Amino acid sequence: MNAPKLVPSGSQTVGPYFRIGLEHLVGKGPVKESALEAIELHGKVLDRDGTPVPDALLEFWSADLNGIPNSNGHPAGFHRVATDLEGRFSFALNKPGATPMGDGRMQAPHMLVLVFARGLLRQLITRVYFDQDPVKTIDPVLLEVLAERRPTLIASSDASDPRVYQWNVMLQGDHETVFFAW
Amino acid sequence: MIELPSVQTALPGTQPDFHFPPYVSTIARSPRMPLVVLPETHTERTGPVFGHDLIRNSDNDLTAQHEGEALGERILVHGRLLDEDGRPVRGALVEVWQANAAGRYRHKVDGHDAPLDPNFSGAGRLLTDDEGRYFFKTIKPGPYPWGNHFNAWRPAHIHFSLFGAGILSRLVTQMYFPGDPLQPLDPIFNSIPDEDARQRLVSHLDMERSQPDYALAYAFDIVLRGAHDTPFEESSKK
Repeated sequence: MNAPKLVPSGSQTVGPYFRIGLEHLVGKGPVKESALEAIELHGKVLDRDGTPVPDALLEFWSADLNGIPNSNGHPAGFHRVATDLEGRFSFALNKPGATPMGDGRMQAPHMLVLVFARGLLRQLITRVYFDQDPVKTIDPVLLEVLAERRPTLIASSDASDPRVYQWNVMLQGDHETVFFAW
Repeated sequence: MIELPSVQTALPGTQPDFHFPPYVSTIARSPRMPLVVLPETHTERTGPVFGHDLIRNSDNDLTAQHEGEALGERILVHGRLLDEDGRPVRGALVEVWQANAAGRYRHKVDGHDAPLDPNFSGAGRLLTDDEGRYFFKTIKPGPYPWGNHFNAWRPAHIHFSLFGAGILSRLVTQMYFPGDPLQPLDPIFNSIPDEDARQRLVSHLDMERSQPDYALAYAFDIVLRGAHDTPFEESSKK
């Protein structure tokens, strides 16, 4: 393969005022196709001290839910949310299905997550899985992660309503979320 | 969705580190544990595509989104969105946001004592054309103070959010203006170690595209990463 000709542009923080430019897509992810299972994902973004991060932006991508824009211009596999003053986010989505690795194996249902915030000079990349799925035994990507850190990537379902999942993002600290290199 | 070929790694020093203490907010918000190398799967090789229905006619003219004209120095901003091989990134969503000419954002947490302009919201968006080009008209943003350190001022800048062919091409960055004396003093600008990479975030005055008796033009090209297997800085740890 030939070496790339150009160096990618440097990343800069999204800053505290991103809602001005990015809010138009917040909460627009469609939950429509009746064949798909509708779930909710709730969570918080927390810093080193456990302080809520009230100005984080998260983007979720699930490849199997179709990246093609629907009638309002929005691709179904993409969700953008922003945290509130308590660092909370939540949204409804169609639960992703199993996805190919690309090498013949399959991956457990998951979403790729990008985290942007004031104080993050580059986006963080992580993944979220669902504890109702047999993720711990079958997912090849999760097996790349130290066993004791895997729980940071798995959303837990509510005892009273299995369609409601909880998943927090810990930016730093003893329970820091696993982030991936890009 | 588009399946991407693998491309090679970026050069060290051309991206900021997560932990950069001169920018104080990085201290408690940046990860300390080693990043894990993400195998490149179908998930990473694909990404969202956005439709024209998201874009209104006025979305690339930030001076004309209200009844009256926005105040300040009118400018024209244009450039190309390219991948690492120099190929145009077509039909890509570009979102921009900025302070007004007085250095004030239309946002509830901006407490800077500078006037809002009722005729300026400071948000724009568009899709790149078949040659990866983008264009918008706006007002030159003013510098503004921030709380990072005593007498800290951000150089004038416009925020850019960009989508490429795959989700890992995603980039959020800032465009700066040539000759701004605040740039060498700014921790966010200086978070990129490599001088050349830093200077590539500075737009250049483009007299050919400027419109006489109307507005100066600034050119700013942006290069997006492709998906690839090998990280360029962080070590992997199983």
